[in-house]
Amino acid sequence: MASIRQNVYPDALPDFRNQGVIARALVGVNVLALAAALYSASSWPQVIEQFVAAAAFFEPLLLASVVLLYACTPLLARLPYWPGCAAVLGLVLLLAAGSHLWWLGAAGVLRTLVLAALVVTSLLGYLRLRAKAYSPALAEARLQALQARIRPHFLFNSLNAVLALIRRDPKRAERTLEDLADLFRTLMSDGRQFVRLADEVALLERYASIEQLRLGDRLRVVWELDSAPPDALLPPLLLQPLLENAIYHGVEPDVGTGEVLVRIERRGQRVLAQVENPYYPEHQHRAGNRMALANIRERLQLFFDAEARVETGVKDGRYVVQIEMPYRSRQGGRG
Amino acid sequence: MSVLTVFIADDETPARERLRELLGDIALEIPTRVVGEARNGLEAVERVPECGARVVLLDIHMPGLGGLEVARHLARLPQPPAVVFVTAHDRHAVEAFELNALDYLLKPVRAERLAAALRKAMAAGPTAAEPLARAAGQAREYLSAAERNRILLVPLRDVLYFKAELKYVTLRTREREHLIEESLIALEREFADRFVRIHRNCLVAKGAIRGFERAADEDDERWLVVLDGLEERLPISRRQWPALRDLVAEK
Repeated sequence: MASIRQNVYPDALPDFRNQGVIARALVGVNVLALAAALYSASSWPQVIEQFVAAAAFFEPLLLASVVLLYACTPLLARLPYWPGCAAVLGLVLLLAAGSHLWWLGAAGVLRTLVLAALVVTSLLGYLRLRAKAYSPALAEARLQALQARIRPHFLFNSLNAVLALIRRDPKRAERTLEDLADLFRTLMSDGRQFVRLADEVALLERYASIEQLRLGDRLRVVWELDSAPPDALLPPLLLQPLLENAIYHGVEPDVGTGEVLVRIERRGQRVLAQVENPYYPEHQHRAGNRMALANIRERLQLFFDAEARVETGVKDGRYVVQIEMPYRSRQGGRG
Repeated sequence: MSVLTVFIADDETPARERLRELLGDIALEIPTRVVGEARNGLEAVERVPECGARVVLLDIHMPGLGGLEVARHLARLPQPPAVVFVTAHDRHAVEAFELNALDYLLKPVRAERLAAALRKAMAAGPTAAEPLARAAGQAREYLSAAERNRILLVPLRDVLYFKAELKYVTLRTREREHLIEESLIALEREFADRFVRIHRNCLVAKGAIRGFERAADEDDERWLVVLDGLEERLPISRRQWPALRDLVAEK
């Protein structure tokens, strides 16, 4: 799968109208020129002298190239990657040859062309590597690796609970298997697309009903969803691991009844989701909780960049996890 | 064939029901009678001794007290039951069981596997304490004094000191003392991070040490340890004194 996905994002020419690309080209060429001056000069004043002398020639050429590529971007964008690179090289060489002949005459024009070709290919090579490092394919691979994982403990216990139901309450057994199927369908679907909050909440309720079957009156889930925006978009299975953790760490270790609170609300352009459970310090050494939280943090970052936050804390003997993320809906156009 | 008495301990109601159903399914092959159930580890320790079950089906993952520790306390009974562990998914526990030849069932449990485990349990008899301790791989949270049909649990955090007497070890809490059948050396090894030896015959809880007093009637340097909430002063042997002084200085 991974290799197929990689091919969905073939190499693309840099966007020559992007400020970052322009800045990198300008800085790159100047750094190369400075390096050349440092290499050939024999004293510091000479370095400056040589750099300035070279600049008199290459700066206008550089600026002209940038402007030309900027202008040609729409045309270049239609070419496949390699022909596109050839076209960029051709354009720059044309400018280089023209300016050399114009200012310096025919002598040494070949050297200038070779130099320009080297500079252009190394810049294109650098931009290609950079694009690969930040490619969506890589981000996707990370997302898939991060996709929430339900504990095997939960799966086997749930199956066991369903088996116990089949003879006594076949209807409920059917419903539970349907819930399990939904849960696992979501779990195995690809985690790269936003889902609607209403769907995530439905999933939470299915998950909770399975846990309820297992734990009976030991589990009490309180839902505060009145001001939850059903159309808000969020990464799939973002909240389920929180509920799972709350039950695993907050309800299962206790002999009595544990209350878990799920509260989701919209505040202006933000969506707040909060999950609370009883806190047992002696059960916090389990590493699972921290891993799930780190996982959620990273997924939020991939989906919302710096606009989302996860906070955890203990308040009045209860463990509280709060997620804050931007409110986005399909109508809003940003999803 | 006589009826086999079985006890079921699992914190999930459906899981207990399922085991009952399966026992019913295999009744022709192995006649059994469920003599008790528990929803957590503490209940299991309380109820197993009085109901006299020969086999205990014991879930590992239970609130309060885990199945492995429950089994270690049950093994101290004069007539301990055979224990068959049940677990949904616990790779570490399963590895430990395999290693120590303890029997276990994986959830969802199959009727044939259950029958095989019961047959094996009947043949092998009571589960011994040593393989359980090795499989647990960690210190207990409770100490237990077993009587004929009762197990008394004392939380480790309540213990102020252990003192070896002629045949038994005395365990002292703030309220009272208990006699337990364990060796001081084994206790020292198991609870090394919480107890320290102050004398050839005595271990005290590090957390309970208040300070030291000079023994009044001795000429040479003899010290006594003062424990939280206890009038009694315990003598420190000359050999242990330097280590003990350093330990308290670190605190």
